[in-house]
Amino acid sequence: MQNNVLDYLNNIVRVKPDKTAFADVRREMTFSEVYEQSRAVATFLYRKGIEKQPVVVFMRKSPEEITTFFGVIAAGDFYVPIDEEMPSVRIGLILENVKAGMLICDASTYQAAGKLPFHGEIVCYEDICGTDVEEEALRKIYDRAIDTDPIYIVFTSGSTGVPKGVAACHRSVIDYIEQLSEVLEFDEDTVFGSQTPLYFDACLKELYPTLKFGATTWLIPRELFSLPVKLVEFLNEHKVNTICWVVSALTMVSAFDTFRTVTPKYLRNIAFGSEVFPIKQFRRWREALPDARFTNLYGPTEGTGMCCYYKVERELQDGEVIPIGRPFRNTEILLLNERDERAGEGEEGEICIRGTSLTLGYYNDFERTREAFVQNPLNTAYPELIYRTGDIGRFNERGELVFVSRKDYQIKHMGHRIELGEIEANVNMLEPVKIAGCVYDDTRGRILLYYVGELSEKELAEALKDKLPRYMIPNRIVRLEKMPFTANGKIDRVALRAAVGK
Amino acid sequence: METEMEELLEILEDLHPEVDFETCERLIDDKILDSFDIVSVIAEINERFDVAITAEKITPENFNSAKALYALIRKLEDGE
Repeated sequence: MQNNVLDYLNNIVRVKPDKTAFADVRREMTFSEVYEQSRAVATFLYRKGIEKQPVVVFMRKSPEEITTFFGVIAAGDFYVPIDEEMPSVRIGLILENVKAGMLICDASTYQAAGKLPFHGEIVCYEDICGTDVEEEALRKIYDRAIDTDPIYIVFTSGSTGVPKGVAACHRSVIDYIEQLSEVLEFDEDTVFGSQTPLYFDACLKELYPTLKFGATTWLIPRELFSLPVKLVEFLNEHKVNTICWVVSALTMVSAFDTFRTVTPKYLRNIAFGSEVFPIKQFRRWREALPDARFTNLYGPTEGTGMCCYYKVERELQDGEVIPIGRPFRNTEILLLNERDERAGEGEEGEICIRGTSLTLGYYNDFERTREAFVQNPLNTAYPELIYRTGDIGRFNERGELVFVSRKDYQIKHMGHRIELGEIEANVNMLEPVKIAGCVYDDTRGRILLYYVGELSEKELAEALKDKLPRYMIPNRIVRLEKMPFTANGKIDRVALRAAVGK
Repeated sequence: METEMEELLEILEDLHPEVDFETCERLIDDKILDSFDIVSVIAEINERFDVAITAEKITPENFNSAKALYALIRKLEDGE
């Protein structure tokens, strides 16, 4: 039985050593290059005595960064990706949480790495990717590995202002990759066009199936997502046939009538998720690519990646929301009502996940792990964890799972999962701010921030840049004389929402 | 009454209050405007000026400065 994600790489390197595995505009790396260099990185870590530890990876999005991930796993460690796009305060919180002894950067991030609040050793990929491989040592590490050992930690928004590090293991990733590959029908001819950053779980969809099948992944330069025609030209140039993108990236292409100028010629497999796909935009895609398969995916980082899918095969009504469908094989969705019982027919309930695809929990944070990873209330006989997503759903009359809303103030904005509380917490940390309230305008997809305090909107925007990722910066910041409160003293979000557009 | 240029500057400053849009000429090259911003800007322009900016017009040249963007809007308004 496969118990190590690297078995995918170890197998494929014998079958297709010279095929391009991962590529960007600078460089293409074959499976054998990825294999050799990942083992060089692993040997370096072994010689440093680093095993079963977090290793921070701070590199530009590149084939080399992906290779480093595999190298970290081959050393029996788990990778913690950070990125120059992240604000410094957030990077500081991540480094504080994982307490790693080693950070791997590359020539392009070396200077920035030196300025991080990091006290361990910093090495450059270029300096270690030629290390002589010690096969015997790596073999022993491989033999010792257990499939419940972590392989990565990625960070997600936390309502207190401190991001949560989700740790996933071999087992959950293997389960996810196997089920996802079956649903989306990947094979050796698959050519992925990767949109998502490598510091989220979203990139698993490309990285591991590429190894499993001997497929190819092209990393798309980020700036092309502002230039739709060039983006489609890139897909055509590299014969990309499969994309798993956030909805906002897809609508950016269709909304501007890109298809009148240029059509993606090779695209046949389109998966999307993380957000509601506006039906009008979806239809434009289907009109442009009538023979392509379209699949809606749903799932939280805590469930390793995606856990539900819906193949869009029937005609959708105006105003209908594309269902999130049904769970992958080997995963069960429990819909629990307020009494923690199974929701009845048509009744709304919290979407809870049961199965191997559950991750290990939040790294170095037992308290928040215990709140979300809980004993299955339907099972009183033996220990069994489920993950409570906080998403409310229901089954429609066709038996398809449909997303309804959130239990709390978490939102999805441009494909990113955001706690409005995290934005508020960061604003409230600024000395001149007295109080801040955040709301989300669903119809226009904008984060709105209201605050009371002795600083201008401009100063506030400037200060937030160091604290929050770009996608969490409010789209509109409004200074108020007085914050509206409800009768029991909470910020009156209904009143704030009513002020939207005024 | 505010001019169209002022209105455009207002849209841009709403997104990035910290940028001086009257002088900056490298909005795309310096990655000041990203895809989030471009989507919002185009939606706003569509709403307020009633012109549709289609994909082939979304180029660095047209979006590098408020001036260039304004010229594009004028061109589209004139029905070119």
